[in-house]
Amino acid sequence: MTLLLQMFSYPFILRAFVVGILVSLCAALLGVSLVLKRYSMIGDGLSHVSFGALAIAMACGWAPLPVSIPVVIVAALCLLRMTERSRMGADAAIAVTSASALAIGVVVTSLTTGMTTDVDSYMFGSILAMERGDVVLSVALCAAVLVLFVLYYHKLFAITFDESFSRATGVKVEWYNTLLSILTALTIVLGMRMMGAMLISSLVIFPALTAMRLFKSFRSVVICAGTLSVVCFCIGLTASYLISTPVGATVVLVDLAAFLLACAVKPLLRGR
Amino acid sequence: MERKTLIQCRDASLGYEGQPIWEHLNFSVMSGDYLCIVGENGSGKSTLLKSLLGLLKPISGEIVMDESLRRGAIGYLPQQTRAQKDFPATVSEVVLSGFLNARKRRFFYSGAEKSQALMHMGKLGILELKDKCYRELSGGQQQRVLLCRALCAAGELLILDEPVTGLDPTAAQDLYRTLHYLNKSEGIAIVMVTHDIQNALRYGTTILHAGHRQWFCGSVEEYLASPYGKRFGGERV
Repeated sequence: MTLLLQMFSYPFILRAFVVGILVSLCAALLGVSLVLKRYSMIGDGLSHVSFGALAIAMACGWAPLPVSIPVVIVAALCLLRMTERSRMGADAAIAVTSASALAIGVVVTSLTTGMTTDVDSYMFGSILAMERGDVVLSVALCAAVLVLFVLYYHKLFAITFDESFSRATGVKVEWYNTLLSILTALTIVLGMRMMGAMLISSLVIFPALTAMRLFKSFRSVVICAGTLSVVCFCIGLTASYLISTPVGATVVLVDLAAFLLACAVKPLLRGR
Repeated sequence: MERKTLIQCRDASLGYEGQPIWEHLNFSVMSGDYLCIVGENGSGKSTLLKSLLGLLKPISGEIVMDESLRRGAIGYLPQQTRAQKDFPATVSEVVLSGFLNARKRRFFYSGAEKSQALMHMGKLGILELKDKCYRELSGGQQQRVLLCRALCAAGELLILDEPVTGLDPTAAQDLYRTLHYLNKSEGIAIVMVTHDIQNALRYGTTILHAGHRQWFCGSVEEYLASPYGKRFGGERV
């Protein structure tokens, strides 16, 4: 218990908690829509693009966030367009993009600074990466996602459930999809510095999957995914502090445990 | 009931990027009509459907919609997508989403809309499924739920895209009977794209046949007497 109190006396842990809770809430809410639209892998692709952008920014000595945010937003819009239009197959497009971005990032860093701990922290996340600017940005982002979700909840449901019907009734589906991808891009960029490029996509996918196993209505799935994501993050961060393991990986393992638990509990629920 | 023209297609050419698939298309849908659009794959049925829904502008000519339809109040029943089959949503959530359209700038459903949704669900016999999960329903029940959503979106015209695809024969007949009831008793006009020519001839009042760059539109009797009808619907008993 004293250990827990001691943990909150470090300002960087407090910052990590604030940013992490907000980012995991946003990721889970956006994740429900993305998973149901079969866009689960977009998070993975975007985090690799973000890694590439960060590597280039570091090599040139620029600030990381102002470079990676626009790059990732552009990538998100392109990926979304590709999934809508092309016949090439969305999964292939995302795989190609993410592998290329990762390769660019690795080559650029090895040519300039070499593979340092900085790169390692971008790949697998670091609790020390949170700065004051990140806190401000994540509060703003979280507010934007929450407002969007509450105000446009029904429209978002309709578009996620059936795009062609929404389009026929005159809803501006493209506009909402663009908004969704911009918010996803922001969430990924913010969350990736703590969770790591390799692991951030699990924050998008796991809570939605777990919630979908347990609940039958869209509303309860959304609420459950948000709550679950925040709870898992808090447990993961505390555990990583107590047993000194990397934050990102620990949070993912807690998410996995929740998912497996949900799988185990589901047959019992059905039996009732 | 006074019959009014819901859709009027005047000398329209429809297609993509200036390449017309339909040329000089003329037909109209009045309230109470039951129009079946038949034809082989690739003959432009879905192009026509997109144009009727306003998602595709005619290359030339025009498609005039009645005032009530122009504001996005179109009862559309699209083909089901794979993602929908395991979607976590209750039946009422799906049905209520029919009330969303471009003209309404509100963020929540009104009480009147909720009770109207219940009424439609009762009419289609899915009221007891209200709180069930969409993914746990049978194919026929899912189709009824989507039909109910379409009814919420518009009271005068339903546009259906191959509604019986993937249904077993009993569920398909049930759906046809429901549509027949809505058409006859409620006076709702129906426009349906279908491959099921037998039932199109049985329930439809007008047939629009899509051929390659040619088309035919007329009553069931006229259709059967035409060269298209003789070739396509010949085995009607």
